[in-house]
Amino acid sequence: MSLLKKSAVELVSLLRDGELTSADLTRAYLNQIEEHEGTIQAFLHVDREAALQQAEDLDRRRAAGENMGPLGGLPVAVKDLLCTRGVTTTCASRMLENFRPPYDATVIARLKAAGAVLIGRTNLDEFAMGGSCENSAFQTTRNPWDPERIPGGSSGGAAACVAAAMAPLSVGSDTGGSIRQPAALCGVTGLKPTYGRVSRYGLVAFASSLDQIGPLAATAEDVALLLEVLAGHDPLDSTSIDAPVPRYIETVRQPLEGLRVGLVTDHLAEQLDPDVEAAVREAVRVYESLGANVEEVSLPHSRYGIATYYVIAPSEASSNLARYDGAHYGYRTDESALQAELAAERAAAQSEQEEARLDTPLVRMYRKTRSEGFGAEVKRRIMLGTYALSSGYYDAYYLKALKVRRLIVEDYRAAFQKADVLLGPVTPSPAMPLGHFKDDPLGMYLTDLFTVGANLAGIAGISLPCGQSREGLPIGLHLQAPPLEEERLLRAAHMFQTATDWHRRRPDFVASED
Amino acid sequence: MSELPYKIVIGLEVHVQLATQSKLFCRCSTQFGAPPNTQTCPVCSGMPGALPVLNREAYRMAVRAALALNCEIPEFTKWDRKQYYYPDLPKGYQISQFDLPMSQHGHLAISDPKNRFEPKRVGIIRAHLEEDAGKSMHDEQAGTADSRIDLNRCGTPLLEIVSEPEMYSPEEAKAYLTELKLLLTYLEVSDCNMQEGSLRVDANVNLHIPDPDAADGPPIATPIVEVKNMNSFRAVERALHYEADRQWEVWQESHQRLGDVPKQTRGWDENAEITRGQRSKEESSDYRYFPDPDLVPVVMSAKETAEIRNQLGELPAALRKRLEETYGIKPYDSDVLVNQGRALVDYYIELAEQCGDGKLASNWVQQDVLRLLNEREISIDDYAVRPSAFAELLAKVQDGKLDTSRGREVLAEMIEAGLSVADAMEKLGIAEVDDSELVELCQSLIAANPKIVADIQAGNLKAAGALIGQAKKQNPNVNPSRVRELCIELSSEAS
Repeated sequence: MSLLKKSAVELVSLLRDGELTSADLTRAYLNQIEEHEGTIQAFLHVDREAALQQAEDLDRRRAAGENMGPLGGLPVAVKDLLCTRGVTTTCASRMLENFRPPYDATVIARLKAAGAVLIGRTNLDEFAMGGSCENSAFQTTRNPWDPERIPGGSSGGAAACVAAAMAPLSVGSDTGGSIRQPAALCGVTGLKPTYGRVSRYGLVAFASSLDQIGPLAATAEDVALLLEVLAGHDPLDSTSIDAPVPRYIETVRQPLEGLRVGLVTDHLAEQLDPDVEAAVREAVRVYESLGANVEEVSLPHSRYGIATYYVIAPSEASSNLARYDGAHYGYRTDESALQAELAAERAAAQSEQEEARLDTPLVRMYRKTRSEGFGAEVKRRIMLGTYALSSGYYDAYYLKALKVRRLIVEDYRAAFQKADVLLGPVTPSPAMPLGHFKDDPLGMYLTDLFTVGANLAGIAGISLPCGQSREGLPIGLHLQAPPLEEERLLRAAHMFQTATDWHRRRPDFVASED
Repeated sequence: MSELPYKIVIGLEVHVQLATQSKLFCRCSTQFGAPPNTQTCPVCSGMPGALPVLNREAYRMAVRAALALNCEIPEFTKWDRKQYYYPDLPKGYQISQFDLPMSQHGHLAISDPKNRFEPKRVGIIRAHLEEDAGKSMHDEQAGTADSRIDLNRCGTPLLEIVSEPEMYSPEEAKAYLTELKLLLTYLEVSDCNMQEGSLRVDANVNLHIPDPDAADGPPIATPIVEVKNMNSFRAVERALHYEADRQWEVWQESHQRLGDVPKQTRGWDENAEITRGQRSKEESSDYRYFPDPDLVPVVMSAKETAEIRNQLGELPAALRKRLEETYGIKPYDSDVLVNQGRALVDYYIELAEQCGDGKLASNWVQQDVLRLLNEREISIDDYAVRPSAFAELLAKVQDGKLDTSRGREVLAEMIEAGLSVADAMEKLGIAEVDDSELVELCQSLIAANPKIVADIQAGNLKAAGALIGQAKKQNPNVNPSRVRELCIELSSEAS
């Protein structure tokens, strides 16, 4: 079997045992990227030399008998919104096209310390806003199962690169489903940890109260391996939880006795693709066959999730993205063109009053910089959020949304009285064709229906492959667990993966390689 | 002063930089005067992905100030983002406190030693913590060069103290500021240096004019004007005087009342001694406040608050009272001493205790010590004469061995040459004059000045002054009051 088909857990053990060098492994992945990136376009940036350099350094350290860390030379792909010192971090935006952070995000520091080889920076919807990667300012990542379809998003590159065997492990971020939805659409396993489980320090913020970094990989075991590296308290993030990190990798293989699975009936209602529904119902039977008790549960306020999310997330985004104003770093509009424009307007002014109403050069710089630097979806959300926070509207939108958010939290609390994990679909349908939501942003927003709840409530959720549509597209199963119960989620997911092989299925071009 | 046809109403917003070592939400130094942009990090320079973490020490310091201002401290407060665009605000928002400030409902007592107004309490609406912005340095010739931004100050903790509009004269406003500065200095929460921008004042001013149509009704309020750019307390006082006159003139012409026009902002022009209208924004600013999701709410237990309260120490108002009661000095004198700061008061107390005469000590400290400190721009810690030596000197004055002017000469020697009282007196040739020697001297003077003697005999005792002058010429060490005594005695004996 080719190296690229092995799980991360297997590869780490080969590396540790000296049967494989990090350089050879890294080279194999780099070759795979080179071969298929033209089609998939999962990466915004791959520095072959730098990756090999890191791998060789790690190999040297291993040869010298040093501790390699839990990842021991394993390549890891990183979503291009995690600040990495000296490495361009674009957030798939023109605004940050040439931005090189002066510091490492906490997760980047942890990855480096854990012996990861940072193999490349994956594509995303601009500033993580979107569910298809079509909002990237630079390229559209393709679904490895069908290049005419979306990989999902916003961590589309992160999911696609795992599905295409371009990286064994991948780090994404999830604000409303941005890890779980692309994981589902690309047939990989992706986990959104509890809010605060992984430090957000250095994650370029989209919506601060919802953003959470998490791992993507082929299997629950591999996800466990990476989560253990990412998770942990960080004094640099005030919202980070100060709780010990369980040894996920040691417990993931232990089945859960008497597991109570709650089937979220609200998520099996109308507009669900029949293939998705069938796959989810089949997953229920799998759990029953594994000895779990399945009971129906309801999240009655779940249907307000999208409305709530699309007030809170854009509100925070409108504030978080205010800093991209051209004054300090990042894109700035052409200054001589700006001056010429203003001079022409002054000359054309019919009266002093009219001239006085013209922008100052500073205001015009802000306007032009932000108009030119941001894409349409980002601007749409900035406008939504600016409106929702405006004086006179705050109570009706933002404050109301916070109240509904509270109700959603209560829904989950009640549901977890009856169930250890909640089960449902990740997405209403398998991957849509490219351009499907081009003129329908609201339709795009609605695909987050099943995932936003976990972000609003701050709980953990995982997406794992549970079937295929009649067109052969992956379908994702969504499990959710109470705060800090990642271990439970991983064990439940692993149980499922011992009984099924959906997580081993690969797109043809990967499966046919040897 | 003639009665004004209006009442001026003033509320003050004071921003004070807290004297913490590091910034409010990162570890950068707050030291003033470092080269531009050398005290910055990803957090305070607003880099993508960077997150704030509260400096708990700054919070405790703010609580200390708020408690001294008699404010209530809630157990729970939070942080809000105040959003606006300006190049010295790199995140596009300032972390501040909106609807749940860390303290509110306090007051500050003020009085005027010159009695221009009755002692009163000025209400404090709230005091809240926020981060400072950076500094923009604009080229003088606009448009010819880029503005430059220094972010060193960005993120420095600021306490914003908002008073009720309860000051009714510029003198009251100045007294409020003086007392506030003194209080914060005593608390050691701020150096309150206006030149370095660690204390900044904005004033909201309008007039209340008796309603001619309803003599018993509420007065007419004129539009509120916010006055900025005042760089000293003196400037505040002058700007407020100017602004009251200006608003009265505007009222007589326009009769605009509060609410008729948007709130105006005016800047004080120190050189022209006028306020000037600042460019008003066309639409009213909307800061879109919302809770900062990057920070957790602050919980301050009643126990922790009580601990801070217990460590406040003696504050200026209490100290003044103590000086008056313990050392018998007048409110005016205790005010002068206390306003010099705790170190000088400590010096005074030690001196007063050792010489046993609080008034004498107060006079010497105010007239001699303070004059020298001001002349040399030094602090009491650098004053050469310690209280024990000073007390020795005052003892000589008290028992008449030195008169005040000779005492000053001795003090000068003690300071300049670092001498003890005895050595300084010796160097100046001051020796005690034997009484018999003094009698002899006085007799010779009586004999030589029959006219003066006649005056004295006629009851004009002041005439003895001329004899004292002559006596001092012959022997500078004589005790003038003893000379006077003897001369009067001997004159009455002379025939």
